Amino acid sequence: MSRDLHAKTLTELAAGLERGDFTSVELTGDLLGRIDSHNAALNAFVTVTAERALATAKSADEARAAGKAGALNGLPLVHKDIFCTRDVLTTCGSRMLENFISPYDATIVERLSGAGAVVLGKTNMDEFAMGSSNETSYFGPVKNPWNLECSPGGSSGGSAAAVAARLTPAATGTDTGGSIRQPAALTGTVGLKPTYGRVSRYGMVAFASSLDQAGVITRSSADAALLLGVMAGFDERDSTSIDHPVPDYTAALSGSVKGLRVGVVRQHFDDGLDEKTGTAVREALAVLEANGAVLTEVDMPNLDLSVPTYYVVAPAECSSNLSRFDGVRFGRRAENPEDLLDLYCRSRGEGFGAEVKRRIMTGTYVLSAGYYDAYYLKAQQVRHLIADDFHRAFENVDVIAGPTAPTPAFKLGDKTDDPITMYLNDIYTIGANLAGLPGMSTPCGFVDGLPVGLHLVAPHWGEETLLRCAHQYEQLTEWHLACPEDFS
Amino acid sequence: MSSAWEVVIGLEIHAQLATSSKIFSGASTAYGAEPNTQACLIDLGYPGVLPVLNKEVVRMATMFGLAVDATIAPRSVFARKNYFYPDLPKGYQISQLELPIVEFGELFITDADGNEKRIGITRAHLEEDAGKSVHEGFDKSSGIDLNRTGTPLLEIVSEPDLRSAKEAVAYMRKIHTIVRYLGISDGNMQEGSFRCDANVSVRPRGQEELGTRAEIKNLNSFRFIERAINIEVERQVEVIEDGGKVVQETRLYDSVKDETRSMRSKEEANDYRYFPDPDLLPVEIDAAYIEAVRETLPELPAAKQQRFVADYGLREDDAAILTASRALADFFEEVVASTQGKAQGVANFVIGDLAGALNRDGLDIEQSPVSTAAVAGLLDRIKDNTISGKIAKEVFEAMWAGEGTADEIIEAKGLKQITDSSAIEAIVDKVIEANPGQVAEYKAGKDKLIGFFVGQVMKETGGKANPGQVNQVLKQKLG
Repeated sequence: MSRDLHAKTLTELAAGLERGDFTSVELTGDLLGRIDSHNAALNAFVTVTAERALATAKSADEARAAGKAGALNGLPLVHKDIFCTRDVLTTCGSRMLENFISPYDATIVERLSGAGAVVLGKTNMDEFAMGSSNETSYFGPVKNPWNLECSPGGSSGGSAAAVAARLTPAATGTDTGGSIRQPAALTGTVGLKPTYGRVSRYGMVAFASSLDQAGVITRSSADAALLLGVMAGFDERDSTSIDHPVPDYTAALSGSVKGLRVGVVRQHFDDGLDEKTGTAVREALAVLEANGAVLTEVDMPNLDLSVPTYYVVAPAECSSNLSRFDGVRFGRRAENPEDLLDLYCRSRGEGFGAEVKRRIMTGTYVLSAGYYDAYYLKAQQVRHLIADDFHRAFENVDVIAGPTAPTPAFKLGDKTDDPITMYLNDIYTIGANLAGLPGMSTPCGFVDGLPVGLHLVAPHWGEETLLRCAHQYEQLTEWHLACPEDFS
Repeated sequence: MSSAWEVVIGLEIHAQLATSSKIFSGASTAYGAEPNTQACLIDLGYPGVLPVLNKEVVRMATMFGLAVDATIAPRSVFARKNYFYPDLPKGYQISQLELPIVEFGELFITDADGNEKRIGITRAHLEEDAGKSVHEGFDKSSGIDLNRTGTPLLEIVSEPDLRSAKEAVAYMRKIHTIVRYLGISDGNMQEGSFRCDANVSVRPRGQEELGTRAEIKNLNSFRFIERAINIEVERQVEVIEDGGKVVQETRLYDSVKDETRSMRSKEEANDYRYFPDPDLLPVEIDAAYIEAVRETLPELPAAKQQRFVADYGLREDDAAILTASRALADFFEEVVASTQGKAQGVANFVIGDLAGALNRDGLDIEQSPVSTAAVAGLLDRIKDNTISGKIAKEVFEAMWAGEGTADEIIEAKGLKQITDSSAIEAIVDKVIEANPGQVAEYKAGKDKLIGFFVGQVMKETGGKANPGQVNQVLKQKLG
């Protein structure tokens, strides 16, 4: 273990493998060892696929020896347990899918594996991605490596905790309202949610189809660029994926922030923001400004409508998306049902947790005859207003910057009795989902020993701008290098 | 009853589109496979799968829209119809609600008085079919066959313009003919690829306001549609005349008991919570696409019927029969093109002898054992007087049995008509000699006896003498 391979970023590991400093089997073995010793404290994994990982690593080493190395050859990563992985448990953090072995691979799983990646396992998450603290998982909450009494955020909390604790250099995640960016902020990692349609949703268990987007959690923007280049691109199996050219994201990292027009949203620094978090974010903005970025204040008058809008649209779609879990073909099935209704009621009653039920009920309500116009239709209209706020802002700025979350990591159990406070954790991130925009979080400081994230949002297809801005900021600071003490 | 009450009917026809794969997946749509062998992960609604629209269905719906003079929507939207049922794997059916692909169409039927009547087509939308629940053969449970899941359907909704069960059947037949002409549906009613729901209500004649309707579900034969509507009308009139009220409900027609019975009332109806499907993009159709599809439209039944009357001089009703199926019309035209015989003669033969034989053996025109060329060959022999129409029937039966071409059979069986006048004269002389009594009567003025003499000559020749010629010679000899 003296190699300290776990401390390296994906980009560094790629170079090391290429040079032959170590093999993928050695690297994979080291990380599996770390998962073995640290996961009990974190509960970041639902499944560890040790045997398969070692076999893949061996094949990757052989491929490299034969001169056939793919872009990610032999590089380890983990998948959020929302992505279908063939012959491997895919639970979505739910009792409903406790025993569900997927018969197929999600497109991104296929693409990453196709490039030679080694999958170490599947990470814990809020049930069906519904949550901001990882406490709704049937498999128990994930702990934040920076403070084991704290939440790592959610819903991609297992992915974020695993990356922060150096159990893996990278993880996939999904982001419906902030589920990649908020946990990245709360764990001091880098989180990227691409433009809606940039990455295929095929094989990603749907929560809210018009908002869901797959992305990555890493320890640097360069690593995010490397992975996005492999994951992005049109998929004929997803009608909402868009046939837009995939640029060289790694090439986009270079350049400076000089002249970059950075929008600072007035409403982001209102009452809801924790004061110390605000200070850390302002300092980050000052770093960008000192290096040539031009800060401009922008107005987002409909920002306060984003959370209520989201909590109409997302539950509406989820109430329909989750109807397929009926105990008939897969997933939990109630024992000895009396009749069809009993089969439905008990299978779903037993299979789903409280937060999922709450959202299914909310969604069913807002789509019901007589309420549809007042809730669902109105929310879709407000969604346009919010998107317009962004479009207006982007007439004058290249990127919008601000806090990712209103506070650093909170204590587990602190917000579980108050869903509204929990929902407000996503106030800064939800807008990007409602408007389909790419967003990113990169570490920008600490408050009382807990990481804080800088949130960046760009226009559609602006991933290159995001990556360049975040990467350049990382070159000017060292926040992203910080490692939680117990996991160095 | 018929005078006091007016019947109002609207039909929702479900035509299964003849694509080789499903509307949102690549699985096969072939009928009759082992249960659950033609359902892929998308049809099964597995976690994470997504629908992708089969472009063929858009083309087919566009063809239909053009065929009924409808508007093709520049933008149509798929919506989810949410309800739980075991044969509906996703817990929602993907359909179209607010923005269907086809709107504002029309077609014309002939009403009871023989007048042309316009029937409005409100809309036609695309949707996926559900699977099937199988209740027989399972103890205390039901089986689910998901082969049919995701099969593309075009639901064609008429205006409430139909005023009798007969009109409803006439309209349904027209639609049936159109979809088969277009090649967008096989129209097979036994297999359920063409079926309808009928919305039926009655109102006192002269009243503007519509009566409360009942919807009769899943009618899959023209006979059942007529029966079910008539029975439902009788039931509704009886309810009202007994002082009751018709309730809005869904009813099922039981063809065995010949009655309709309630399935569920409006109060029990589902709230389907329709909303636009976020997994699918709106279908956008531009004018160039519509024009390209229009180019591929075949001649439609109404136009073909008119042309048959104008170009071939056929009787109106014969033209209607021949154009009821595109294959039959094509058969007719191919024969006309390759025979010396007159078109009306071809029509008579196709509608009479050929249709009779097909019907007798339960075959479709496509399965006719006698080709168009063979039929033309037969009709040519009538035209050039080689055989008579009567002998032709015998030749045709032999052709049907696979004994060869008309010429081969005529030759082999010696059926060639006797046209040699000396031969006919000799037989006529023989007949006159053998029947002196009748000859005397004929000469005394009993002209009708000419038939008797013709018959005798034909009998002598085994029907092979040319009847016209015989007639002529007889008249000459009997002077």
